[in-house]
Amino acid sequence: MRAEGLTVALFATCINDVMFPGTPKAVVTVLERLGCRVEFPLEQTCCGQMFTNTGYFDAAVPDVRNYVKAFSGYDYIVGPSGSCVGAVRHQHPMLAAHAGDEALAAEVDKVVARTYDFTELLVDVLGVTDVGAYFPHRVTYHPTCHSVRVAKVGDRPYQLLSKVKGIDLVPLPDADQCCGFGGTFSVKNPDVSVAMGADKAHHVLETGAEYLVTGDNACLMHIGGLMHRQRAGVRTIHLAELLAHTEGGAR
Amino acid sequence: MTTEHVRRTPAPPEGTYLGMPKFATNAKVQLGDNQLRKNLRNATGTIRAKRVARVAEVPEWEELRLAGEAIKNRTLRHLDAYLVQLEESLTRAGAKVHWARDAAEANAIVVSLVKAKGVDEVVKVKSMATQEIELNEALEEAGIAAWETDLAELIVQLGHDRPSHILVPAIHRNRSEVREIFLREMKLYGTPAPDNLTDDPTVLAAAARTHLREKFLRAKVAVSGANFAVAETGTLVVVESEGNGRMCLTLPETLISVVGIEKVVPTLADLEVFMRLLPRSSTGERMNPYTSMWTGATPGDGPQDVHVVLIDNGRTRVLADPEGRPALRCIPCSACLNICPVYERVGGHAYGSVYPGPIGAVLTPQLRGTSSEIDKSLPFASTLCGACFEVCPVRIPIPDMLVHLRHQVADKKRHHPGVEQTAIAAAGWVLADRSHFELAQRAAALAGRLLPGRSHLGPLPWPASPWTDARDLPVPPSESFRAWWQRTRGETA
Repeated sequence: MRAEGLTVALFATCINDVMFPGTPKAVVTVLERLGCRVEFPLEQTCCGQMFTNTGYFDAAVPDVRNYVKAFSGYDYIVGPSGSCVGAVRHQHPMLAAHAGDEALAAEVDKVVARTYDFTELLVDVLGVTDVGAYFPHRVTYHPTCHSVRVAKVGDRPYQLLSKVKGIDLVPLPDADQCCGFGGTFSVKNPDVSVAMGADKAHHVLETGAEYLVTGDNACLMHIGGLMHRQRAGVRTIHLAELLAHTEGGAR
Repeated sequence: MTTEHVRRTPAPPEGTYLGMPKFATNAKVQLGDNQLRKNLRNATGTIRAKRVARVAEVPEWEELRLAGEAIKNRTLRHLDAYLVQLEESLTRAGAKVHWARDAAEANAIVVSLVKAKGVDEVVKVKSMATQEIELNEALEEAGIAAWETDLAELIVQLGHDRPSHILVPAIHRNRSEVREIFLREMKLYGTPAPDNLTDDPTVLAAAARTHLREKFLRAKVAVSGANFAVAETGTLVVVESEGNGRMCLTLPETLISVVGIEKVVPTLADLEVFMRLLPRSSTGERMNPYTSMWTGATPGDGPQDVHVVLIDNGRTRVLADPEGRPALRCIPCSACLNICPVYERVGGHAYGSVYPGPIGAVLTPQLRGTSSEIDKSLPFASTLCGACFEVCPVRIPIPDMLVHLRHQVADKKRHHPGVEQTAIAAAGWVLADRSHFELAQRAAALAGRLLPGRSHLGPLPWPASPWTDARDLPVPPSESFRAWWQRTRGETA
């Protein structure tokens, strides 16, 4: 297997680190199962997107510096979030330019090119779509906006999900429409955010799925928060956690 | 009480755009209107599906988008030269060119042209530029009636309403509402609607046709905008669907076209790109039904007294900002409105501008500045989902531009720190350094431990309420990933 001996640096993302540690743990599980060596550089904090997208570029610059400091020594950097990986690739060069720091900009360009979404690392670098997962449940997948339109992960998540043993993967109506999370949009425009999320939750319920899966826990926290309030009975799970399940391991 | 001015045309709603509250407040009102949401869902859903089907027929669609972007970029880079060329071409072709710095100047020019003609009414082709400068109200104040002749604009005008969409300004109305408006209002302003009017779209369109006919035949002056103005030839182009534009552009003696300076394209050949991009993006059609092109005045054919009012009204300010400039590439097609999940839920009125939706959120704050509550809030009226960029026929990077405008707004607030600035500063400190982050993580984990057995939190007081009013909030686990890693793997990195 090509993965044997490959060293991968894990970019956990701040929200996963604090709120959803199960997701980066699942990344470690899957990558180690595939023979990779996983490291977690402790200098990392956040992609800075929350600051950038709210208009506070200066507050985001230290996060860019931390990212470079943490990851500049690695050839493969992986994050379980299309949104955070997308922000690193799309916004860090702009933020380095904003800081007027040419040395930082040069470092950023190098690190950005080595940053992968979890699904990209599996499919493109490791060349694997069957990661040996087992998940005997009815599942629907929401392709989060930033994973599709910024990180551009394409159909990689579907390739991975379709190879999971026992899975009943059902299509989500209007899947390409935003769930309404939108970072600080969710609290600056809460009514629109909830209206969009309610429609998304409605479509999830229509599928009869037991699990809603995405590659971004922030979106999942929004849709899941709505469904939890409504006692909708649908559980949410990050793609990495789903892929970590094996036939022997109990859910 | 003073004697009331007797209006010639239906009065628009009270209040001004600039006096509107912030987007979130307007949106909440609109969200409460279930009929509106249903109308918008149906209308945008239908037009989205048509666009997808028509675009899929063109294998070189992306090349066309790139060409459209490149032509517009080049034009904007040399706008000064192309505008002078346009003026020369128009003058040579027998048109009179007028320059207007702002709305007031443009309105004054049009009013004086109409007055010089000695008439007290004009027929209008649907035009965003004249909406933007609020020409109809300026004419009304001068005792001149401006009659909208586009069906949807007529519905808006007769409904004492404001447009809520660039292409379909009455998209927020369904046919039974249109029937009521026609029955109630048409008789006050001309040929009445027939008593047996139904809400059948064909019947409604026939009533509009009859109502407008006498106005077309009577009018001595028409006012239009233009979709494109060709610098090389002085040709103006109007793209439309109903034929009302063709009537206005050919029947009257005088034709006054109000044209934003960004509408210029260098050559007639450039139209081949835009005439393919626009109908498919806009109405989801391969071709639009009516394309009118005229070059100044043609002796013995059509209007003999032809005027073109070129307006700036904030456009050179947009042009001056390299990050904001792409907004001037817009060929108003409305694809970004139709695809936008925010627009679909709240409609156009929440945006406080004749330019609603994603393009409005980037254009309006640039044209008007960001001193009002509504203009300050517009860059934040988006989830940054990116769907607008995907469908834009001239590849305007709306999400990146929204972020750029957010930065401008946040920068202005720097001198008046409030709750948001404090929260950002606190979060910024936490994430600026690993040691700060680890400290905050221990606090979060402690909070998690203080709520044993709870996976989620329900409704909470402000400042958590905007989230928790409708959404449960997960409780942070008692151990962060970082703590787990350090505990199980040691500090090996």
